[in-house]
Amino acid sequence: MHRRDPRAKIAALLVFLVVLATARTGLLWLSAGFFLLLAAGLVWARLPVIAVLGRAAVVLPFTLVFVLVCWIGGDPGRGLSLAVKSYLSAVAVLLVISTTPLPALLRGLESAGVPSFLLLVVQFLYRYLFVIAEEAQHMGKAAAARGASARQWRAGSAAFRAAAGALAVLFARAYSRAEQIHCAMLSRGFEGRFRTLEPARFRRSDAVFAVLASAAPIALRIAAERAAS
Amino acid sequence: MMPLIEVRGLRFRYEDGTAALNGVDFRLNPGETVALLGPNGSGKTTFVLHLNGLLRGEGTIDVCGLRLDKRTIPEIRRKVGIVFQDSDSQLFMPTVLEDVAFGLLNVGFERSDALARAGTALETVGMSRAASRAPYHLSAGEKKRVAIAGIVAMEPEILVLDEPTANLDPPGQRSLADLVTHLPQAKILVTHDIGFALALCQRAVFFQSGRIAAEGTLPDLIARFDWDSTVERSKSRG
Repeated sequence: MHRRDPRAKIAALLVFLVVLATARTGLLWLSAGFFLLLAAGLVWARLPVIAVLGRAAVVLPFTLVFVLVCWIGGDPGRGLSLAVKSYLSAVAVLLVISTTPLPALLRGLESAGVPSFLLLVVQFLYRYLFVIAEEAQHMGKAAAARGASARQWRAGSAAFRAAAGALAVLFARAYSRAEQIHCAMLSRGFEGRFRTLEPARFRRSDAVFAVLASAAPIALRIAAERAAS
Repeated sequence: MMPLIEVRGLRFRYEDGTAALNGVDFRLNPGETVALLGPNGSGKTTFVLHLNGLLRGEGTIDVCGLRLDKRTIPEIRRKVGIVFQDSDSQLFMPTVLEDVAFGLLNVGFERSDALARAGTALETVGMSRAASRAPYHLSAGEKKRVAIAGIVAMEPEILVLDEPTANLDPPGQRSLADLVTHLPQAKILVTHDIGFALALCQRAVFFQSGRIAAEGTLPDLIARFDWDSTVERSKSRG
């Protein structure tokens, strides 16, 4: 799974998500089948199954709102199916993300037609998130060394104003860093278009994987719909 | 002998009105390594950002016989490679190899050539083992080496290093000095690190309030401006 071309994984993921999102009947069987399919994928990829399944639950609080709305609207079944679908989608996305390094994933997404500007933003965010988080940590430590504490934060208090000021400084630093990065890019001949090194070759085994991994959810959905009818 | 860089009457004012350069004349000869010294805010970094057109002020700049203007900037950026003070700002690609190849791909090298040249540049700076690593996970010294590789790969004729020893421990500074000494390009070093400058530079210029206040040998300028951080030496002079 780790060695498969990112384009093959992205294609299979898109098929999975569309098949899942558009399913209307036989949802119980379909969900069970998809869950087993994903669990098999996690085992094949040698990922910690329980940890990934737990991490995917992070989407549930967001879908809870819709579940409640459906419940209040008298259609609890729809709410439940929404929650299950979002959870299974999250597991599928995690499976792909965990088995594909970010640079390869971004190249794969570019091949899939995702606008390169959007991918650039993701790439830079991923690269500099840690740097900015580190700067924020340093500022937090410096504030703590002078007796600041989050417990003192109350709207309008001096500590709250100081924290807001620190956030503004962090923003200014991030902006300044962005300017420095732009200078460094221009210095090395950047003229607005990102060129990357040769992407990985799409092998026959990748094509076989893409076909099988796309066919599996389709077959499961057909089987679930037949079982339901 | 034609100088590699000749700057005449360079003036620059930031958008907020701050005058950063007030008529700088400067010359860099082939094979030379020159240190730019001076207090913080004296215009050293602003000056070097003009050398490949990142900032544009009044006055003239000639690089390898080319007058710097909008038309010649792409060519001049291949001739003047700047290694920035903060390596994190220079290493933005997901892997070390991709970062080193970034400039090569921009100036039109085929991917296979870019890959080969990037590999050679990493070898030059002793960082081949880190080719597939993410720049964020490198140490400060390693980042600096990779940043230099990214510039050296483009084979510039002039190398500008802005505070190259900032954040490096003493062994890291020594090893960087070794590396920089062996690079064949003419160099401009913006630095507060006198030991580093003494090890590398034949000549120095001293910036003050956006002007070159003096130029000469490093020991002369150090004595003239009392420009040494060593407490004992400062005391003995006092």
